[in-house]
Amino acid sequence: MKVVELASLCGFEVLCMPDGDRQVSGAYIGDLLSWVMGRARADSAWITIMSNVNVIAVASLADVACVILAEGVTLDDELIKTATAKGVNILKSELPAYETATELVGKV
Amino acid sequence: MSEPLVFHFDINGDDFSTAGQASVQIKNNLRQLGLSPEIIRRVSIAMYEGEINMVIHANGGTADVKVYEDCVEIILADNGPGIKDIDMAMKEGYSTASDSTRSLGFGAGMGLPNMKRYTDDMKIDSTVGVGTTVTMKINIA
Ligand SMILES: Nc1ncnc2c1ncn2[C@@H]1O[C@H](COP(=O)(O)OP(=O)(O)OP(=O)(O)O)[C@@H](O)[C@H]1O
Ligand SMILES: [Mg+2]
Repeated sequence: MKVVELASLCGFEVLCMPDGDRQVSGAYIGDLLSWVMGRARADSAWITIMSNVNVIAVASLADVACVILAEGVTLDDELIKTATAKGVNILKSELPAYETATELVGKV
Repeated sequence: MSEPLVFHFDINGDDFSTAGQASVQIKNNLRQLGLSPEIIRRVSIAMYEGEINMVIHANGGTADVKVYEDCVEIILADNGPGIKDIDMAMKEGYSTASDSTRSLGFGAGMGLPNMKRYTDDMKIDSTVGVGTTVTMKINIA
């Protein structure tokens, strides 16, 4: 499924979506960046509560399809600009990480 | 063999917000060179982990990336404190990162293991009080 479809089906807010047509496959939940780089697969959705600039770099380098910020965590406008420039899709969920992940079941 | 393409970066040691820029630049360069997404991902992650290590543990350093016909070589050199026990540092979970570094999401002790996992060859030369040089190779052919 495309990131743009996932966002609307799950009711996630779109913080930025420079590459909405990107296909999502699988998901990974984690906040420690080296774990994410070691374990998250390319093209997956990455669910996290971290929201600093390093998240954008990791999402880009690890080549995930999108970041989903859980627990209502949000990003500064400045960081949203950075993510947009780097082609990183960022969605936002009001739910905790587990409930956010259950929304993805059967879709990615 | 023809001359490699060489990219050089100075890695600033006191700025977290710009840490990773060299890796992002390399990712773009390799994309333009037409390397596969899988290779680009491995190079990007290995280099980013090394770049971050130089920023958080060694106050910065230099990164040189050489693109040969059959491999990409990444050389990260710093004049930081050095690594006393390399076998220990290579263990998953070992970290000397400070609390403030951990609060940014680093310090899982997974960086060096990731660098090893994503590369075909990795060598660490380190002298306490002098610095550390990490050399990594990723085969592309
Ligand atoms: N360039 C370096 N100079 C000095 N010490 C280093 C360097 N790179 C790594 N180390 C030491 O090796 C340890 C393990 O490094 P590693 O990258 O595996 O984990 P980390 O950086 O602590 O956490 P993570 O990479 O998961 O965010 C570090 O905590 C640090 O003590
Ligand atoms: Mg590290």
